[in-house]
Amino acid sequence: MSAVAEAVSDAAVITRRNLRKILRVPDVLVFTTLSPIMFVLLFAYVFGGAIGTQDTGVGYREFLIAGVFTQTVVFGSTFTGYSLAEDLQKGIIDRFRSLPMSTSSVVVGRTVSDIGINVVSLFVMSVTGLIVGWRIRTSVLEAVAAYVLILLFAFAISWIMAAVALTVRTPEVVNNASFIVIFPLTFCANTFVSTSTLPGPLETFANWNPVSSVTQAARELFGNVDPDAPVPDAWPMQHPEVYTLIWVVIILVVFVPLSIRLYQRAASR
Amino acid sequence: MAWVTVECMALAIRATGLVKKYGDVVALDGLDLEVEQGTVMGLLGPNGAGKTTAVRVLTTLLRPDSGRAEVAGVDVLARPKELRRRIGVSGQYAAVDEHLTGFENLDMVGRLYHLGAGASRARARELLAQFDLAHAAERVVKGWSGGMRRRLDLAGALVARPPVLFLDEPTTGLDPRGRVGMWDVIEDLVRGGTTLLLTTQYLEEADRLADRIAVIDQGRVIALGTADELKSQVGGERIEVVVSTEEQLEPARREAALLCIDQPSVDERDRRVTVPVAGGTRDLVELLGRLDRAGIEVLEAGLRRPTLDDVFMSLTGHHAEAEQAGEVSDDPDDSDDSDDSEGVA
Repeated sequence: MSAVAEAVSDAAVITRRNLRKILRVPDVLVFTTLSPIMFVLLFAYVFGGAIGTQDTGVGYREFLIAGVFTQTVVFGSTFTGYSLAEDLQKGIIDRFRSLPMSTSSVVVGRTVSDIGINVVSLFVMSVTGLIVGWRIRTSVLEAVAAYVLILLFAFAISWIMAAVALTVRTPEVVNNASFIVIFPLTFCANTFVSTSTLPGPLETFANWNPVSSVTQAARELFGNVDPDAPVPDAWPMQHPEVYTLIWVVIILVVFVPLSIRLYQRAASR
Repeated sequence: MAWVTVECMALAIRATGLVKKYGDVVALDGLDLEVEQGTVMGLLGPNGAGKTTAVRVLTTLLRPDSGRAEVAGVDVLARPKELRRRIGVSGQYAAVDEHLTGFENLDMVGRLYHLGAGASRARARELLAQFDLAHAAERVVKGWSGGMRRRLDLAGALVARPPVLFLDEPTTGLDPRGRVGMWDVIEDLVRGGTTLLLTTQYLEEADRLADRIAVIDQGRVIALGTADELKSQVGGERIEVVVSTEEQLEPARREAALLCIDQPSVDERDRRVTVPVAGGTRDLVELLGRLDRAGIEVLEAGLRRPTLDDVFMSLTGHHAEAEQAGEVSDDPDDSDDSDDSEGVA
């Protein structure tokens, strides 16, 4: 086998192992499906009444769903970091390290298997959304594009979390450290409110925040944009798909090699 | 490579001047080691002697600060991945995945050795049967006993039939029955021609399993040889007598000193006198006669060969076992090993 084929095969083996583990530790699966349902219902019914009045045309619930999708997958990336840090503390990592396997496969297998979790949670959220009145008003193709874009963005973010985990190396610290970043990132955005309601500098930040561009792109692709509400002037909001893809590429180019190197270092202690 | 000479061809492991420091702590202090193909080398030493560090360096898990090593003909530092194809490692803590079944664990290891799907499955089944784990093959490892996990871990090290095997304290934490079971398994393995480097803090274990023993203390090899050679370094057989009262210890020591080849040692707590002798049972009968005539009541008497603990004591000035007393875990199984009780009458 060539080195590339070996790396792909090794990553597939690790991915399968991770997916098995997700199925066997039911708490992970339960919370992966429960928390998105909670988010959809919470925002639709608790905030929906208060915030919804600002919007005309498309209802707040439709506006909201894409934001909840993005927020949930970004939050979910902490699971990548948590699991990786946990693996580093378990005996199995010694077995992995003594095998002639590709050194990238443990991290690649982790981030790839977590796409699976995101697919499940997007599915659950979509069903919940449909029940509370959310609709896809465009074509299947555009809807698929929206889901793919969200998954790609989540994949990129999970590589950042992998790097965090391989730096701090304690599952609990990964959780705490990542929330400090993730909360502002997902709330200083257009996820739950229109960015035009934010004060000056915060509005600029939100318009350039990739979380906003993913959400904006998904809204457009699902057909959930209010026709009467103007899209913010900022370039990222005008070209959300391109802007999101640029971020995905930048994140992957930086964090894939970085995380693999950090893994090699963390594993050789 | 200039190293490979006709003489070295028979070496499975060769390490020269390995040094590894953690801050001020010197884990390896210029360790040299040679292990011939198809033999079992026991690295013997107390906790913290550097045994595990040596294994980690030789198995590519840790880079030494200096020194070089070659295992199975492969330079450890220059071609780590190549080396990993040829070695099997089983560590102190079972490196198994708790959420996978026994079969899935071994199957995964086979695939990561790139054996292919069919061969990985077949090898997993074969090893599960060999290690008496077939009944648990489809059960998740989480519910397995410590001894079963250890066997699975050892099986994992053997998936690719490596010519050189490293076992780091394979029986630490096992109960006495599990320990004997593991010894049987290991003896079967080496009968098949595998070169084995084994670390242990159990003198009895090194004595039973190893062809040659390297005694390690503070990151260096301080003695090397077969168990018999090491024992002969501290003289021949010993007589041990336990007297009934403390007052009789001194007269007993005087009587013993008359026939021994070296000074007798006295253990006041156990009221035990130990003397190295040259004459075996003849000396034992002689000493018992003298003690009887002197009116000293003997509770226990015996002739024993020197143990590796005697070796350790004479080489380092401290007992091999004493060090671990403070450190060893909460595992009650650790406390009841009777390493130096061999042959006491």
